[in-house]
Amino acid sequence: MGSMKAYRALKKAGIDFVTSVPCINLGGLLDLLESDPEIVHIPVTREEEGVGICAGAYLGGANPAIVMQNSGLGNSINALASLSLLYRMPLLMVLSHRGDLGEQISAQVPMGQLTPGLLDNLGIPWYSPTPSDVDMVIPGAWMLAKTAGLPVAILLGESFWI
Amino acid sequence: MKRISAIEAIALELVDELVICNLGYPSRELYALKDKVTHFYMLGSMGLASSIGLGLAMSQPRKVVVLDGDGSLLMNLGSLATIANHAPENYLLVVLDNQCYGSTGCQLTATSRAADLAAIATGAGVCDVRRASTIPEVRSGVHGSGVLVVTVDSGNADVPIIDMEPVEIKRRFMREIAGV
Repeated sequence: MGSMKAYRALKKAGIDFVTSVPCINLGGLLDLLESDPEIVHIPVTREEEGVGICAGAYLGGANPAIVMQNSGLGNSINALASLSLLYRMPLLMVLSHRGDLGEQISAQVPMGQLTPGLLDNLGIPWYSPTPSDVDMVIPGAWMLAKTAGLPVAILLGESFWI
Repeated sequence: MKRISAIEAIALELVDELVICNLGYPSRELYALKDKVTHFYMLGSMGLASSIGLGLAMSQPRKVVVLDGDGSLLMNLGSLATIANHAPENYLLVVLDNQCYGSTGCQLTATSRAADLAAIATGAGVCDVRRASTIPEVRSGVHGSGVLVVTVDSGNADVPIIDMEPVEIKRRFMREIAGV
């Protein structure tokens, strides 16, 4: 249910270009994005590569989003700071937020707990919608990203997918 | 062949192609040779020139020429696999391979020893991979797509820092693409 609601919210926001690195929780959403002929979906090898591709797509007129696990935030920080933030490029970041409530894998915990603070330090606004308000939060976040010329992050924790 | 000579040869061949230029001296040399509204100068995010160019090529129809370096591409080798998977016809990645990190004092990169970026690109699945080491080879190579690895000498031209603001570089480039 969460996957379909997140997908519909991305469509409502007008997102038409997506780069991704998978997470088990993102599987359903990535299948929906891949099968949508109106969305260019580029699976990437590493998250900062995805930030770079999204930056180029924005220059070309697309409305880009990166879909990844929050561990990928750590792989992306220099790109977010010295590309997206430096040039004031909007980017919607849809993150599976692991390492938080209900997590069963210890390796997810360090980045999971660091994620909100890292986003705060970067000056990237972030929101944690539920399935019932994601259809408002994601379009609002993309509007904010365009207005402010900023990346804006959506954190989707374990409870989002239940 | 000096890198600035290779960049000049490329710039002379291009008309309205969009150029993504790697940070540091390559952007400074291109800017000093000839500044155009079709140029996007990277100021940070080392390693991502090939990726920015790929996103640009897949979001609009004009040809995109990326000027990357060996040190930068070695930082983002996965990009070659992504490029191969999508292989847009309007995309050319030019790797100006001077076998060193030219903008930081010419510390040697792996291409100074055994690494071969053209072979890596082929192994990643890029179909159209060519090499150039002379000006005529550069001039003809820039009209293709895929990956062009250009062997150049180490060393930088004596050119100033780019005096444009990042947001100005972006806005000018986007206005050119949007045709406004």
